[in-house]
Amino acid sequence: MSKIKKITGQPLFLPIFCMLLVMAVNIFYDLGSGRFAFNFFTVSIRNGVLYGRLIDILNRGSEIAILAIGMTLVVSASAGTDISVGSVMSLTASLCCMLLAGYGVASTNTLAVPLIVGVLAGILLACVCGAFNGFLVAYLNVQPMVATLILFSAARAIGLLLCNNLIVYVRNDAFKFFGGYLGFIPTPIVIAAICIAVVSLVLKRTALGMYIQSVGINKDASRIAGLNSEKIIFLCYIVCGLMAGIAGIVASSRISSADSNNIGLNYELDAILAVALGGNSLGGGKFNLAGSIIGAYTIQAITTTLFALGVSSDQAPVYKAIIVIIIVAIQAPPFNAWVKRLSAKKALAKGGA
Amino acid sequence: MKNVCAGIWILLIICLVCGCSSSGQPVRDETAYQERPQDNENQIVVGFSQVGSESDWRNANSESFRSVFTEENGYYLVFEDAQQKQENQLKAVRDFILQEVDYIVLDPIVETGWDSVLVEAKDAGIPVIIVDRQVKVEDDDLYTCWVGSDFRREGRLAGKWLEKYLESQGRGKDRIRMVTLQGTPGSSPQIGRTKGFASVMKRHKNWEMLEYQSGDFTQAKGQEVMEHFLKTYDGIDVVVSENDNMTFGAVEAIEEAGLTCGPDGDMIVLSFDAVRAALQAMEAGKINADFECNPLLGSMVSDIIHRLERKETVDKIQYVDEQYFDSDMDLSAIMDGRAY
Repeated sequence: MSKIKKITGQPLFLPIFCMLLVMAVNIFYDLGSGRFAFNFFTVSIRNGVLYGRLIDILNRGSEIAILAIGMTLVVSASAGTDISVGSVMSLTASLCCMLLAGYGVASTNTLAVPLIVGVLAGILLACVCGAFNGFLVAYLNVQPMVATLILFSAARAIGLLLCNNLIVYVRNDAFKFFGGYLGFIPTPIVIAAICIAVVSLVLKRTALGMYIQSVGINKDASRIAGLNSEKIIFLCYIVCGLMAGIAGIVASSRISSADSNNIGLNYELDAILAVALGGNSLGGGKFNLAGSIIGAYTIQAITTTLFALGVSSDQAPVYKAIIVIIIVAIQAPPFNAWVKRLSAKKALAKGGA
Repeated sequence: MKNVCAGIWILLIICLVCGCSSSGQPVRDETAYQERPQDNENQIVVGFSQVGSESDWRNANSESFRSVFTEENGYYLVFEDAQQKQENQLKAVRDFILQEVDYIVLDPIVETGWDSVLVEAKDAGIPVIIVDRQVKVEDDDLYTCWVGSDFRREGRLAGKWLEKYLESQGRGKDRIRMVTLQGTPGSSPQIGRTKGFASVMKRHKNWEMLEYQSGDFTQAKGQEVMEHFLKTYDGIDVVVSENDNMTFGAVEAIEEAGLTCGPDGDMIVLSFDAVRAALQAMEAGKINADFECNPLLGSMVSDIIHRLERKETVDKIQYVDEQYFDSDMDLSAIMDGRAY
């Protein structure tokens, strides 16, 4: 009994439980349709690369997972969300492809500038966007949603201007790498893993993680305690921009082009949802980075599962909404309290008998 | 020092904000507007409200209007790019009415919300010609006619092409397993192409449509959905993809799974739109056939205007001529002769 309590008491228990619950649906479906029970979970090597639905989830979920890292920090430090990340992804992709192809060129096979220049310029621009958001929020005290609304609507338009209103195609194997394969593993998985590892190491090894939480819990008290609250919030937004930039490069490399209208469309909502599904409060303060990342992969697991179940795409959002409601409800404090009361009653009944 | 820094930041922000607000405005060819000759009574003034310039197709469409509605042809064209915003289009149409243009040509971004502005145009006695996308209004008399693609015919054409192709391959009686990458659910190309193809499919008991799934007309989604198809079904024979962007994604997914597609491959790929990049992919042997969605609507609209000038009646719905391309054709010659 105490062992179970120990496991269920873990902060990551509920997010992981929810993800497993989503995936478990597939076992029943595969059994029901007469297939091997773990059909969904089978990973094989095909054509020299990893192949399977689990790999799809990890691969396709990379962008959301990368965005969720930055979003978690922003939510924690400033008690608000950065809704510009999807548009910043698109802007990054546009600048990168525009530089690689040359201005006004719609399609190219050869790179106009070295790959690294295009990619770094794109990511740098994303950091500038993050800094712009951060400045508005940290130093001018603009509400996060209002501050990031500016780039939410403008970044995509700037991207279109950079690309001369065209979809710029860069059909080059070197550029394809970021959305392709590193050996037999899809590169996006590796990139996401590196981002997660670096950020969590920095948070663990330095006091930064604690500073961010402390600023999120009480900005003024932190300032009085000697923390530069503004600087920390500013930094969080830059990290969020950086992550949006990396995600933008991955998304753009996947399709070998900068499709300004579609890259990162609605990704900001998925990133915010990932943070919430990870059991983090959108009111700021304490955060759990691992939770957000599990949340991100849960969202992708829902999408992939709905595909596997053959749910038609016009109905899929309804099912997605229902699943999200259930997951959020399970994690809600009143529900937890109710479960606790129920188990206490049971224990009491047992004791009485 | 801190104040100076803050000052610079504020300046930067003001610049950025100003930049945003001006980028949201519809683009108008101001110089052309001012040079408009007021005394030339014979010139027909046409106001054209375009959706935007989001794709090669759209640019070819705009170019087709610009090249037909020239002063040599007796027209004066007022071109308004709405940049994907309906409010810009509503404003553009109201401006056309104030300018007392002779004809209004409208490519509506969305189907609904046009009643009041079309009533204003009708009250002003200006005929409105809808092109490409359609409008849903209470009273169809609010616009003169609609010109665009027959998506159902495109779908039927694809079905008939497949019928013939399978016959020539000696697979006419074989069991054919198919999947469809659909466009955004509810959009007119999606509905038309799906229904058109289905009407041919009905005649063949041996054609089995395994699944319809939407790829939202985008490459990334098309690739994701194709990955799913490949994992769920073995031995897919035909992939029907309702636009070229999704086809690019699907081809990538097929190749990543170690399979091949095209005339010499494991799967037959049918695509729609026929943009240049798709014809290039067809030349590289990755697509079997592509069914055109013709953007060159300018000359047809010009014909309609001439007939209206002569007080003739015009058909309410008019379809533009469309063809298809397959890998047996001389594709490089076709691409040289095409504007998009």
